[in-house]
Amino acid sequence: MSDIYDGLISAFWLMVTLDPELMQISLRSLQVSLTALMIASAIALPLGTFLAIRRFRYRRLTISLLNALMGLPPVVVGLIVYILLSRSGPFGVLGLLFTPTAMIIAQVVIITPLIASVTHQAMRELWAEYHDLLISLNTSQGQRIRTLIWDGRRNLLTAALAGFGRAIGEVGAIMIVGGNIENATRVLTTAIALETGKGDFALALALGFVLITLAIGINIAIHWLSRTESEGRW
Amino acid sequence: MIRHLLAVATALMVSTAATAEEIRVAVTTSFENSGLSQILLPAIREDTGLDVQLLVVGTGQALRLGQAGDVDAILVHSRKAEEAFVAEGSGTYRREIMYNDFVIVGPEDDPAGIAQAATAAEALQKIVAEKPAFVSRGDDSGTHKKELALWSAAGLDPAAFDPWYRAVGAGMGASLNTAAGLDAYILADRASWLNFGNKAGLALLFSGDPALFNQYAFIPVNPEKHAHVRNDLAVRLENWLTGAHAQDLINTYTIGGETLFTFNAKPE
Repeated sequence: MSDIYDGLISAFWLMVTLDPELMQISLRSLQVSLTALMIASAIALPLGTFLAIRRFRYRRLTISLLNALMGLPPVVVGLIVYILLSRSGPFGVLGLLFTPTAMIIAQVVIITPLIASVTHQAMRELWAEYHDLLISLNTSQGQRIRTLIWDGRRNLLTAALAGFGRAIGEVGAIMIVGGNIENATRVLTTAIALETGKGDFALALALGFVLITLAIGINIAIHWLSRTESEGRW
Repeated sequence: MIRHLLAVATALMVSTAATAEEIRVAVTTSFENSGLSQILLPAIREDTGLDVQLLVVGTGQALRLGQAGDVDAILVHSRKAEEAFVAEGSGTYRREIMYNDFVIVGPEDDPAGIAQAATAAEALQKIVAEKPAFVSRGDDSGTHKKELALWSAAGLDPAAFDPWYRAVGAGMGASLNTAAGLDAYILADRASWLNFGNKAGLALLFSGDPALFNQYAFIPVNPEKHAHVRNDLAVRLENWLTGAHAQDLINTYTIGGETLFTFNAKPE
């Protein structure tokens, strides 16, 4: 119990004194996960919407596959990305292993199915509502996807935030492809794993509280910026 | 909108590009967990301008990273595996840097009574006789290899042990955490043990047998096998690690008044 108390106290001091190392790894956490989120959203939002409005032969299979991939174990993703990016792997010449870029790639793979799947669920219902209208207006495929994405933006925000939550709290994949290198690829979650390994539970917990605070902060900021839950806008 | 997002994403990725002269070295968990790296890295940076990026892994994984050419050099502690690594052409040569020793850690009340043992082999036999919980690294690391060698030197085979022998497959610190939780015996290197923060009910029970000697060696990855490997930087790092400043820092590094490592690199 006292470990939790010590953790809270040191988390407080680390944040109040703007500890430079903490700032660095927190910023890197944000940089990696937000970049991954943007790339994954750019792929997953249109993909999920497309799956909701377009009927094609293997649609059911694609959707089941997508849902199954939501549960993809990060360690496996990490291992596969590691093998692909290793100097002896097919993309070794790029020299990307143990860089933040490698971590971003792994996280994109992990969160894209999640965002696409949530998007698809939300868009399916919206499409049932908009179907007759958009068909009768003789809209093109692209126009339909854009309309649905815009009008369903609140649900899509939830999808994106779920993806962000998974990315920022993830440790298995980025540990393998990033290597937890100090001043290069160390992020909050890998630092927590490291401090736990050293038996320094207070510092590990402190970093954990910082991570939670950060996640809450980002969520609030996004809701505030996009003014959800205020009347007349949604 | 999407164009803006892409621009930001690109900017974020470009900003991560490297600037200083960086060398990647795979080191064992014990080197990092002992805290020595925190002392050496800033000095290396100051003296040689090298930005050493440490990949903290077990000896087994460090050797794999070296074989694949994903690091420029490795610093590990498992002589047989190191010699095989050099023999197969993955590394250029093996240079001894420093040593410390392994210790057997266990519950303070010592149910197996290993504190009175004369040799490491006797201590292990006492453990087998009593069958208390024993945590093994089980991760093909240098420490794990050492533990297996000690069992076999004592004429014992861990594969035949009852469930009291737990192979956790984790790093030194994580294994010590498990041992602390189970009140178990465990083989650890002295440096990691002294620097470990969660000792709980554990205590250092046995040490001092020459069989527990733990030699660390530096091996540059072979540039003939992997053309992109920065062998020049590895050699520069090696020269520093075997030099006077390193000797001074390694020999004077203590925790709680105890010396952790002894420098023993021979001049070329």
